[in-house]
Amino acid sequence: MAAMNLISTTGLGRNFGGLKAVHDVDFDLPEGQIRALIGPNGAGKTTFVNLLCGRIAASEGRVTFLGEDVTALAAHDRIAMGMAYTFQITSIFARLSCHENVALAVQRRLGNDRAAIDAQVIAALDAVGMADRVSQIAGDLSYGHQRLLEIAMGLGQKPRLLILDEPTQGLADSEIEDFVTLVRSIAHETTILLIEHNMNVVMQTADYISVLNFGEILAEGKPDEIHANGDVQAAYLGTR
Amino acid sequence: MTDGAKSWLLHGGVIIVLFALQSVLPAYHHGNLARIMVLASYAIGYNILFGYTGLLSLGHALFFASGMYGMGLSIQFLGLSPGPALLAGLLAALVVTSVVGFLALRTTGVAFMIVTLMFAQAGYLTVLLFGQYTRGDEGFVIQQSQRVFAGIDLSDPVSRYYAALVLFGTCLIISLVLVRSNLGRVLVAIRENEDRVRMLGFNVFRHKLIAVILSGVISGAAGATYGLLFGYAGATFATVEYSIFPLLWVLLGGAGTTLGPFMGVLFMFYLIDLSSAVTSAYMLIAGVALVLLTLFARQGLVGEVRKRLAPWLP
Repeated sequence: MAAMNLISTTGLGRNFGGLKAVHDVDFDLPEGQIRALIGPNGAGKTTFVNLLCGRIAASEGRVTFLGEDVTALAAHDRIAMGMAYTFQITSIFARLSCHENVALAVQRRLGNDRAAIDAQVIAALDAVGMADRVSQIAGDLSYGHQRLLEIAMGLGQKPRLLILDEPTQGLADSEIEDFVTLVRSIAHETTILLIEHNMNVVMQTADYISVLNFGEILAEGKPDEIHANGDVQAAYLGTR
Repeated sequence: MTDGAKSWLLHGGVIIVLFALQSVLPAYHHGNLARIMVLASYAIGYNILFGYTGLLSLGHALFFASGMYGMGLSIQFLGLSPGPALLAGLLAALVVTSVVGFLALRTTGVAFMIVTLMFAQAGYLTVLLFGQYTRGDEGFVIQQSQRVFAGIDLSDPVSRYYAALVLFGTCLIISLVLVRSNLGRVLVAIRENEDRVRMLGFNVFRHKLIAVILSGVISGAAGATYGLLFGYAGATFATVEYSIFPLLWVLLGGAGTTLGPFMGVLFMFYLIDLSSAVTSAYMLIAGVALVLLTLFARQGLVGEVRKRLAPWLP
């Protein structure tokens, strides 16, 4: 039996005025995979994942998550079903401590069990190597650490699907190495959809790659197939 | 000692000090403090919405007045005793806040301020429209005989003081519990970054509505108690000034601090009281003091203490 698709879309699209930011996308992501979503700037990657998690309403097509049609559901309902989204532009609670930030991500599942919340907050911060910064104010962290806090908030939700929107943007090389290790280590717990510009990170982590160009799927395949694909090279580098 | 233990000790201490002051204070200040505690309860209600959730309402007089008239009219026309009349006041505030919250929360920012202001204005005009029952601006007196609660005469200064303290203590503890709860954490997070809260899976609208209702019902409880303790209900309490007062009190005392509302009311009450003893231009002195505080203590009194001395203050 084929692995069940955790999330899939049929004919998904979104217009902004006359611009088709995303158009007629059929996309299937099986459970347990690390999928990278790549494409040139303006290809519609962020719009596409925003359609998946409901931050933007679809103009056309359907989204199915965990076997249910979620196209009409509000973002918070989809998140509550088991999606987590980490923002491309860091979006944390700058005036609250790291503990509070992650506790917000954790508490929806745990109710009022304060001890359990604390334990999972520490675990999520520990996973990104920030367990020693629990009580630090998030806004005082370095940019790299804010990115990691954002990921810890994603992990804290224990999602079925973790959407990481350009997580390595602005990170130092050593931090990127740690990030690759982190993604591999959490891959057995959750399905990951990774928007990423850094091709080294993509090649080291992804099981499968989807390439988006002008709002449409240009190619899909294993990393080595994508690597060798002439259309993809053309899209990234211009015509040969 | 944990931050939680420190907060409980501090808040418990404040209530105990207020309790002890009852037998010490001269009559004039004794009466003032009873009034301050009731108004501080109103400010605590306002602070839940403004200070913690980050929603600026200009219509809280409507909620205060709902409680006051719900209580007063049910004594006057239904002949209820103070206990059930207080409940009627709470119920009136609950209904009004639910409806206003549900409608006003479809807007954000400045529009939310305007919509709440307009609702409150409509409420004020409604009070005048039914002047036959409410006696409009003139208001009506709740007789001493109608203010005996379980054998306690609430017009007596000592029992009035204790009744005010019970209300204030309850509101203070509710706000402390709220701030330390999961719900309180979500409300603060909405104030800080609403979009992120939504993308953590929380229904932002529902949480805001809960905040409006909590805030409005506490304000209504303060309004009902005010009418009962001081024996009067009038349209003045539904005017826009009574929507602005809690905003000023909370800003002065410290928005988003549990003790800020009380400190704000205390400060402003005595600022006006003392300056009016010196000059007839007492509002000028009050105004200058307010401007100075907003310039140099932007977090408010308790907010500055938290920033400089005690970051653990809730």
